[in-house]
Amino acid sequence: MRENHPSTNSEDDHRSSLLDLARAEITESSNSKSRTCGGFPGPGSGSGPSEPQAPFPDQVLENVLENVLHFLSSRRDRNAASLVCRSWYRAEALTRSELFIGNCYALSPTRVTARFTRVNSVTVKGKPRFADFDLMPPNWGAHFAPWASALAQAYPWLEKLHLKRMIVTDADLALVADSFSGFRELILVCCDGFGTPGLAAVAGKCRLLRVLELVESVVEAEDDEEVDWISCFPESQTNMESLVFDCVECPINFQALESLVARSPRLKKLRLNGFVSMAQLYRLLHRAPQLTHLGTGSFSATEAGAVVDQEPDYAAAFEACKSLVCLSGFREIWADYLPAIYPVCANLTSLNLSYAHVNADQLKSVIRHCHKLQIFWVLDSIRDEGLQAVAATCKDLRELRVFPVDAREGTDGPVSEVGFEAISQGCRKLESILFFCQRMTNAAVVAMSKNCPDLVVFRLCIIGRYRPDPVTQEPMDEGFGAIVMNCKKLTRLAVSGLLTDRAFEYIGRYGKLVRTLSVAFAGDTDTGLKYVLEGCPNLQKLEIRDSPFGDGALRSGLHHYYNMRFLWMSTCKLTRQACQEVAQALPNMVLEVINVNSEENAGDVEILYMYRSLDGPRDDAPRIVTILH
Amino acid sequence: MENSYEKELNLEATELRLGLPGSDESQKRSIVRSNKRSSQEVSEEECVSKGSDVTTDDHDQDNNVVPPAKAQVVGWPPVRSYRKNSMQQKKEEEGEGSGMYVKVSMAGAPYLRKIDLKVYKSYPELLKALGNMFKCTFGEYSEREGYNGSEYAPTYEDKDGDWMLVGDVPWHMFVSSCKRLRIMKGSEAKGLGCF
Repeated sequence: MRENHPSTNSEDDHRSSLLDLARAEITESSNSKSRTCGGFPGPGSGSGPSEPQAPFPDQVLENVLENVLHFLSSRRDRNAASLVCRSWYRAEALTRSELFIGNCYALSPTRVTARFTRVNSVTVKGKPRFADFDLMPPNWGAHFAPWASALAQAYPWLEKLHLKRMIVTDADLALVADSFSGFRELILVCCDGFGTPGLAAVAGKCRLLRVLELVESVVEAEDDEEVDWISCFPESQTNMESLVFDCVECPINFQALESLVARSPRLKKLRLNGFVSMAQLYRLLHRAPQLTHLGTGSFSATEAGAVVDQEPDYAAAFEACKSLVCLSGFREIWADYLPAIYPVCANLTSLNLSYAHVNADQLKSVIRHCHKLQIFWVLDSIRDEGLQAVAATCKDLRELRVFPVDAREGTDGPVSEVGFEAISQGCRKLESILFFCQRMTNAAVVAMSKNCPDLVVFRLCIIGRYRPDPVTQEPMDEGFGAIVMNCKKLTRLAVSGLLTDRAFEYIGRYGKLVRTLSVAFAGDTDTGLKYVLEGCPNLQKLEIRDSPFGDGALRSGLHHYYNMRFLWMSTCKLTRQACQEVAQALPNMVLEVINVNSEENAGDVEILYMYRSLDGPRDDAPRIVTILH
Repeated sequence: MENSYEKELNLEATELRLGLPGSDESQKRSIVRSNKRSSQEVSEEECVSKGSDVTTDDHDQDNNVVPPAKAQVVGWPPVRSYRKNSMQQKKEEEGEGSGMYVKVSMAGAPYLRKIDLKVYKSYPELLKALGNMFKCTFGEYSEREGYNGSEYAPTYEDKDGDWMLVGDVPWHMFVSSCKRLRIMKGSEAKGLGCF
C-alpha cells in the first residue's frame, strides 16, 4: 500500500523530502484519512479502479490539472506540486515523464514503477564520486540489473536511459535492447561491466536509436569476446544523431564506421576512439561535414609504413565543417597535425585537449584563434605561459579544467599561481574551474574570488598535501574564505592545501548555497566539520577523506542528514559506536561501514558512506560492507 | 641555445654508465625542470630524485609542513582512474612501441645510446642531437645523393627490417616506423635508398 512517498526527490528538494518523510511516518503509524482537495472525503489510498467516481466538477479539475502539469518539466517544481494534496500528487505522478534517481539505493525500483506509470526517460546514478579514485572496493554495488528488469516490465515504451557510475552488464544491455522497441537514447557515464557484445545488442536491435554515448566508461574485452558492434547498426539509413565512443578501448571496423556515418544524415555528434587515425578521420569528415561536435580519435598516423606521396589536406577537411563548435579527442596527438584545426578555431565554443601533451607554443598557435571559447579542458603541459595565452584570448571562457600530466607530489609544477591569476584577470566570466597544481598562493585565490564573481564551481587541487602558501607560509584558509565570501553563486567547492578549522568556519558562515563540498587532508578538530554541518543549509553531497573529524562532528549533523544525497567520510576519526548511534537516531538513514584494511568488527571506521533510504538497507552488499541499523 | 637543448635531450638520463642512480643530483634537477619534462620521459633515476623536494629556484621551501610519504597515497590526487590509465597507457606504449625510445649505434664505437624520438619535431633537430651525441657531422641531405660527401650518414631500420637513409620519408612516418638508428660510415651508406 503506497502513500505519497518522496521516491524521486532531487538533491535540490531537501525541504520537501523532510516533510515527506515526516508524513510517511504519520500515515504509516496511524490509520488517518488522506487529504484531498475541495474537502471531499477521498478513498484510503492510491488511485485504483476501486475508487468511486468523483463528482463532475472535481473530474474536470483533475483533467485540467493533468494538462497543466504536463508543462512542468523541472523536477524540483514537480516535487513541490506533488505535495500540495493527494489529487495533485496523483496528477503529478501520472504526468511525470522524466525520472531522476540520484542514488540507486535510496529506494527500490518497484516503488518507483508503482508511483510513476508513464515514464519515458530514466536517469539513475550509483556509486559516490570517490569510487572514481579507487577508494571503494570494486564489487561494492550499484548494479543496474534489478532496475533493468523493473523498468523493462513497467515502461515498455521507454525511450531514454541515462546511467552514471553503475555496473551495467552485457546481459543488462541485451535486456534493454529487447524490451524497449521505441528506444532512442542510451548514455553511460563512468559505468563498467559491459563490453562490445552489449553494444552490439543495442546497435542491432534498437532500430530507432538516435543517441549512443559512452563517456569515461570502461569498455574492454578479452580478445576472443570482441564483437564488431559498429557493423550491427541497421543497414538502411539510421536516425543516429550522436555517437560517442572515445572511451572504447578496442579497435573498430573502420569500413563499417564510414558506412554508418555515410548513412546517418542526422549525425551531429561523433566522438571517435584512439583507434581511428588521422587519415581515417579525414574520410569521415568528408562524409559528415554537418557535424557540430567532433572527437578526433588519435589525431595521429597509425597505419604501418604506407608510403604516401602527399598527405591529404586535413585543414581543408576541417574547414568544410562549418558547424563545428566542439572539439575533443587528440588521444595520441602529433603536434604536426595541429594546424589542421586552425580553420575551425574561430567558431569553437568548446575545446578539450586534456588527453594531448601539448606544450605552450603549440597551444598558443591554436588558442589565439579561439575567441569564442567557453569551455576549455587542457593538460598542465601548456604551463603558466599557455594559461596566459588563454587569458589573453578567451574572454568568454566559462569553464576551465587543467589536469596534471604528472600526478606525483612535488614542489614545483608547470602551472602555478601565476597562470591561475592570469586566468582570473583575463576571463572575468568564469563560472567553473578545476585546477590541479603543485603550488598556489592565497593572493591568487583571493584575486580570482574578486575578478570572477560568477563562479559557481570552484575546485582547486594543490597536489602536495598540507601545502601552505609558498610565499607567506600561511594556511590556505584566507584564499578559500575569500571564494565563499565573494562568489555569491557558489554551489560546488573542493578545497586543498594546508587548511585549519578557520577555512571551514568561513565555509559555514558564507557558503550558504554550497551543495557539494569535497575535503581532503584538511582541518584540525571536530569544530571544523561542525561549522559546515551547522552553517550550510543547502549541503547535499559531502565527501571527506583523511581529515581529523570524529564522532562529535558526526553528531552535529543529525538535523540535516535526511536532506542530503549522501555523506562520505573515509580515514577520519569516526568510531563504530558513534555510527551505530546515528543509525539508531535516524531510522531512514543507511550507514555503510567499509573496513578494507582492518577486521570486520574493528572499533574504528575506515569508510562511512551514509545516505537516506525509503526501503531500508540494500540486500546486495558484499561482505566487506557492514550496514548499521 | 645549446645548453637548454642539451638539457632537453635528457642526455644524462639516457647515458649508459656505471654508477648509482641519483648520483648526479644537480644536473638531474635541471632536467626535471625543463620544458620537455612529461611523464613518458622520466626515467627511474628521476623518479627517485623527484621524491626529495629541494628546488633550485628562489621560492621558499615548504619546510614547516608534514612531509608527504614517498609512497603514493591511494586515490590522491583525485584524478579519475580512467584518465590516469590513459596517461599510463601512453607511458607504456611509448616504452615498447616502435619509433619512440630507439637504440642508436655508431660504426666503430663500442657503445649504444638510446634516444626518444618523440622529443624531436624534425630531421634537423634529430640530426643535430645525433651529431652532438656522437661527436660527428653529417653533410647536407639531398634526395638523390643522400649525405654526399660527409664522413658519416645516419641510417635506420624500419618496421619491415629494411635499412633506410634517415630523411627519405616524411618525418612522422619515420617516427612511427623507425626501430633503431645506426650511424654508418659515409661509404657504407651509399647503397641505401628509398626502395
